[in-house]
Amino acid sequence: MTATADATTPAGEVPSFEVTLRIRRMNPEGTSDHAAGEEYWEEFKIQAHATDRVLDALHKVKWDLDGSLAFRRSCAHGVCGSDAMRINARNRLACKTLLKDLNPAKPILIEPIKGLPVEKDLIVDMEPFFASYREIMPFLMTDGPAPERERLQTPAERERFEDTTKCIMCAACTSACPVFWTDGQFFGPQAIVGAHRFIFDSRDEGQWDRLEILNDKAGVWKCRTAFNCTEACPRGIEVTKAISEVKKALNTGEI
Amino acid sequence: MTLHEYDVVIVGAGGAGMRAALESSQRARTAVISKLYPTRSHTGAAQGGIAAALSNVEDDNAEWHTFDTVKGGDYLVDQDAAEILCTEAPQAVLDLENMGLPFNRTEDGHVDQRRFGGHTRNHGEAAVRRACYSADRTGHMILQTLYQQCIKQEVEFFNEFYVLELVLDKDPQAAGDDETVSVAGVVAYELATGEIHTFRAKSVLFATGGAGKVFKTTSNAHTLTGDGMAIAFNAGLPLEDMEFFQFHPTGLAGLGILLSEAARGEGGILRNSEGERFMERYAPTIKDLAPRDMVARAMANEVREGRGCGPHKDYVLLDLTHLEPAHIDAKLPDITEFARTYLGVEPYTEPVPVYPTAHYAMGGIPTTVHGEVLRNNTSKVNGLYAAGECACVSVHGANRLGTNSLLDLNVFGRRAGIAAAEHALATAEAAPLDESAAAPLIERVEKLRSTVGSSGSESIAALRKALQETMDRNAQVFRDEASLTTAQEVIADLQKRYADIAIHDRGQRYNTDLLEAMELGFLLELSAVVVLGALNRKESRGGHYREDFPTRDDENFMQHTMVYGEKDGLRLDYKPVVVTRYQPMERKY
Repeated sequence: MTATADATTPAGEVPSFEVTLRIRRMNPEGTSDHAAGEEYWEEFKIQAHATDRVLDALHKVKWDLDGSLAFRRSCAHGVCGSDAMRINARNRLACKTLLKDLNPAKPILIEPIKGLPVEKDLIVDMEPFFASYREIMPFLMTDGPAPERERLQTPAERERFEDTTKCIMCAACTSACPVFWTDGQFFGPQAIVGAHRFIFDSRDEGQWDRLEILNDKAGVWKCRTAFNCTEACPRGIEVTKAISEVKKALNTGEI
Repeated sequence: MTLHEYDVVIVGAGGAGMRAALESSQRARTAVISKLYPTRSHTGAAQGGIAAALSNVEDDNAEWHTFDTVKGGDYLVDQDAAEILCTEAPQAVLDLENMGLPFNRTEDGHVDQRRFGGHTRNHGEAAVRRACYSADRTGHMILQTLYQQCIKQEVEFFNEFYVLELVLDKDPQAAGDDETVSVAGVVAYELATGEIHTFRAKSVLFATGGAGKVFKTTSNAHTLTGDGMAIAFNAGLPLEDMEFFQFHPTGLAGLGILLSEAARGEGGILRNSEGERFMERYAPTIKDLAPRDMVARAMANEVREGRGCGPHKDYVLLDLTHLEPAHIDAKLPDITEFARTYLGVEPYTEPVPVYPTAHYAMGGIPTTVHGEVLRNNTSKVNGLYAAGECACVSVHGANRLGTNSLLDLNVFGRRAGIAAAEHALATAEAAPLDESAAAPLIERVEKLRSTVGSSGSESIAALRKALQETMDRNAQVFRDEASLTTAQEVIADLQKRYADIAIHDRGQRYNTDLLEAMELGFLLELSAVVVLGALNRKESRGGHYREDFPTRDDENFMQHTMVYGEKDGLRLDYKPVVVTRYQPMERKY
């Protein structure tokens, strides 16, 4: 959509370039060439445009070349959290990653996110991830009767937990965490982000119950501050900072 | 095949489905069946706000909100329903706040409010601050908050189960007005395994969302294929006002990704290639904050008359450059990031290319104000409910106001959830449903699977593309008899070709190829209904604009369209509009 690109192109024609995708595949029922459950790489070449995202490229494969390719997606603009995957060895959302930003001269490597069981191609079992989220009691807890109007909260009090409300539960952070890859007990960064959102909400009165859960062996102390989670977050949440704030609350007894 | 039994089955886990589930699961044994994980639902993509006359920042009341809703809907709104929507709005917002939703706040700690298109003080005097919001991710916060409450209440979900059939105990069109037609349950396809499940229930509630994928340029998710509407239609139920589709003015040009009307509520201005603030000509009083149908049409008209921007003069510009970057970051962080990510435009310093994008179905499955589904103008289907975008109450009429859909799904999701649970509690036993109910779907799935590898068959993607392109070209902001007739012919041809469709995935597990084939079938059916309604409505009203009939015709068309599917094709009928206190008048802003 830049003037330069359009100036060199005949009217009505959008410039395109060839891209190679190397996709990590697995069919649980097997194919004519691969046994059930076997993991393998497969390459596809497609024509792409400057505004195309990795998701558009995956759709071209699925719609024109191989209908059996399996991946999740929905909103296609980075808010539903369906399409986190490993793209060139980094966790990203396929719908938020533009092909032109990936050096299309080389094959683009696409794999399922790590640490969760692969179900088929790029689809993983998300249930362990959501189970960890449920563990931390991710809902407002208050004492006493419901108020007649809104509970008051100043803009400054809201600002305290604003960052962690942005989470779309795509699992990019959790599945980028080296501790999560090796330790099946660890809740993972996302669950801590989910807890942070309530612990630092001035209206919530369940913070110490939640902190006790995070103080447990599966909780925040497993974090080795690798910062992978912060780098992976497609919403720009400062995940490691949120985890540090939870650790600090546990250390000092103050929120 | 597995058979499940519940008191209430809710289909869809977006805003309306989960709001309903919170009510229903407190009262009756409830299951929520969803094609997606709940947090993936498209409610989460809603941005600008939820309307309620809370009067937190300036004087406002429910009657002004009701008037705006009726006028905004170009008098096709059922006024009794709009009054309920607007009267219950403040409580709906307070309920969400009490559940924990992090609304933006005023300095003294109350829920903050901002301006939005078509929402005015005292019947149109000036724009009013009525939209309660959480930055530009209000829908995300609503979806998250409702999901969190569902976890708290231990609501039972069947995720990635795709409901494909609705079972009633008799043909709703063959049954006389004095007969009772009851819901028996639904049949679903489990994506992970390919297994068919039947759910028998005393009450079934559809909250399946919209159908934006009928069009090529849309703000809607890939998964918004009108499943619930089409399934109800296939079960013999009518669809109401389907020709009324909202084209949101500010989609990112060429992509259709939504940029909230809040951008204009916060002071953003639309400009043409001459730098002119053209909305001053179309809506002198509230300018850029006119209702969406008027702004979308104005934009399309500017482009048509040669005042479009860019090398192909095919979009206009949304100018935020006069706003403070800090203000943009606080109030519009997500949409400005979309502009940077997808178009490489920096909204602090550059105007953003925008063009209308298919956004919202005003029509849908006809219901009462309790969410009860109608099988004709007056008779209800016993035990069947619908809420949210898939339903037509009708509170949006011919054009929905921004921030009224998040309100709709909370108010009518809650009402339908309560009604469905109470009906189940008052019902001794659900209508009979046995394994044979799954037979037609099992046969359909097997037939599709058997197309694997067959040669000369039709491609899902090619048919879908042809459909979406013809709908964009012929049934978008501007329509006329010739364009709609063309669309009708193309759809009829595509429907024939659809019978010859091929899928390429042999598998039982996560067969999304099969799923897309089913979705395409629904899109084709709904497109035919949209186009028939549009062809027949020889007037212009709200989101439906006929160049060959450019004015509103209250004498002949102030009535809802009802379309029925019959053996030999579609049948048209009408339903009167409920008018209580507002007589139609000319719509000026």
